[in-house]
Amino acid sequence: MLTAFAIVTDGLVYAAYLFLVAAGLSLIFGVMKILNVAHGSFYAFGAYGAATAVGIYFGRGWPDAGGFLFMIVLAMAIGMVVGLVLERGVLRLVYGRDEIVIVLVTYACFLILEDTITLIWGAQSYAAYQPMVAAGDIEIGDLILSNYDIGLVAIASLVAITAYWALNYTRWGRLLTVVIYDRETAAVFGVNVRLVYTVTFVIGAMLGALGGAMMAPKISVTLGIGVEVIVLAFAVVAIGGMGSIEGAVLGAVIVGLCRAAAVHLVPQLELFVIYAVMALVLIFRPYGLFSQAAPRKI
Amino acid sequence: MWSRADLFGALAFIAAAALAPAMPAWLVSLATIAFANALVVLGLIILWRTGLVPFGQALFYATGAYAVALLGRYTPIRDVFVVVFAGGLCAAFVAFLVGFLLARYREIFFAMLSLAMSMILYGVLVKTEALGSTDGFHVEAGTFFGWRPHGDALDLAMYWLTLGFGAAAAGFVSLYFRTVAGALAIPVRDNEIRLEFLGISVNRLIHLELVIAATLAGIGGALAALAVEHVDPDMAYWTTSGGFVFVTILAGTASVAAAFVASFVFEMVRSIAVDILPNTWQIILGSALLLTILFLPDGLGSLFGRLAQTGKSTKKSVGEAAEKAGK
Repeated sequence: MLTAFAIVTDGLVYAAYLFLVAAGLSLIFGVMKILNVAHGSFYAFGAYGAATAVGIYFGRGWPDAGGFLFMIVLAMAIGMVVGLVLERGVLRLVYGRDEIVIVLVTYACFLILEDTITLIWGAQSYAAYQPMVAAGDIEIGDLILSNYDIGLVAIASLVAITAYWALNYTRWGRLLTVVIYDRETAAVFGVNVRLVYTVTFVIGAMLGALGGAMMAPKISVTLGIGVEVIVLAFAVVAIGGMGSIEGAVLGAVIVGLCRAAAVHLVPQLELFVIYAVMALVLIFRPYGLFSQAAPRKI
Repeated sequence: MWSRADLFGALAFIAAAALAPAMPAWLVSLATIAFANALVVLGLIILWRTGLVPFGQALFYATGAYAVALLGRYTPIRDVFVVVFAGGLCAAFVAFLVGFLLARYREIFFAMLSLAMSMILYGVLVKTEALGSTDGFHVEAGTFFGWRPHGDALDLAMYWLTLGFGAAAAGFVSLYFRTVAGALAIPVRDNEIRLEFLGISVNRLIHLELVIAATLAGIGGALAALAVEHVDPDMAYWTTSGGFVFVTILAGTASVAAAFVASFVFEMVRSIAVDILPNTWQIILGSALLLTILFLPDGLGSLFGRLAQTGKSTKKSVGEAAEKAGK
């Protein structure tokens, strides 16, 4: 019973993390049809930004709440700048090229950004555990849960609900849907597609950075943290269906629970299980659970 | 049957083999790895002509490498020709199995699913203590028909062996391009449904190409494992696959020889970059990839192509642009 409860809570916390990193990737793919390998770098930038913020803020006796806010704001601001530079500086030049070529362009950007992080923050690792400690623990029965983890799930849920609402019930969301459906027709009807692209990419980048910022207190912020995130986010997005927020939620929950179950029951399968689930879903639903197959054009 | 480009290629291989004793030891080792990786790139070129880019070719590379390593560990078989062929066969078998699934997918989905496959192998390797977990394990040096060289002699022998396999593979691939199956690649990329209506099974063609590409990747991995005398799970990680795709972009699809040149250039740039800027060499690699895509969209091969078969590659890209505009 305790194990089952632990699997569910661990699974949900892991799912929250996965959703935060996958949401931005899915949004960018859905609107721009770009599979953004550099998304892992946004995550890393967010994590380093948050670690820096924690280093500046905590330990001065200032209220903890401001520290959480500062951490998130700084990370997302960095995400915004990096996203803007990438979209305006590089991706703008390759719109219209083959999807696979654009994947490679973002791969090149990923390589460059990885070392940019080394240039800015150096090769040492950073610890940013203070927010985790400040948040404290809560006991539910025999199980001790970190309040920070509960906050993580809450923020992920908030992002999911906001994204769902914004996409379906706001003017901007409708415009996005139009662009997703048919870019050229949207342009003909006066939608500023370029602007939609830039804004989407920057929001995606900020979501990636938010994921990094939220995870920073839970991990050791060190070189190469973005590399693993990319494939994890790919797996989540592929399971859920690329470009679908509901899909990203479901994908994250499935992967989160499967991984937590593997960690608690058969630790040898921990890494294996995520990609096995992805392969299994793709066998039966090639375009993911929430995505409709596009008609083949002749 | 054989064109002037093939003759140049053969001469280049002979020159590369003859120059080896005069080359410094580091260059021999670097070229061995570069040419072993070029075999993987040859396979990627076959797939890329069909419009497929696997982000998980490291699956077959690592399969070949681990097959050799395991043979060295658990059996007395050491002969390089036997173990390298065994590596290729194992990779081909894995490709035959996953091919039933992979061959149904195209574009991004093909890339992602092949990525998932290679990450499954990575996950298994990392968690298997018997296979050395994240550290990997040592690979026994090979013998050449009973001859057991050491030190510099072994490095040279490995170089010639890799070059020999490279030449054979290059010849095979350029022959393959002239077969019906090879010639169908571009039509598949242009319009798959048209081919299906002509009575050709595109899935079976792609399955075949996957097996060929995997065999080449397996042989490449086997040679790399023998040359480095070590295997580890990173050989199956997605960044390894990314590196292969990188070299494929650099090479382009126009020429078989370009795979070898591009692989050599890639290893040179990487080792020089690591030497000069140990912490920021990825910036150089990334910039090189970006510049290649922006300014040399058909790869280094298109440079030879312009000499050998003028205008063919430009015509193709004009055709693609026209098709894009029509969409």
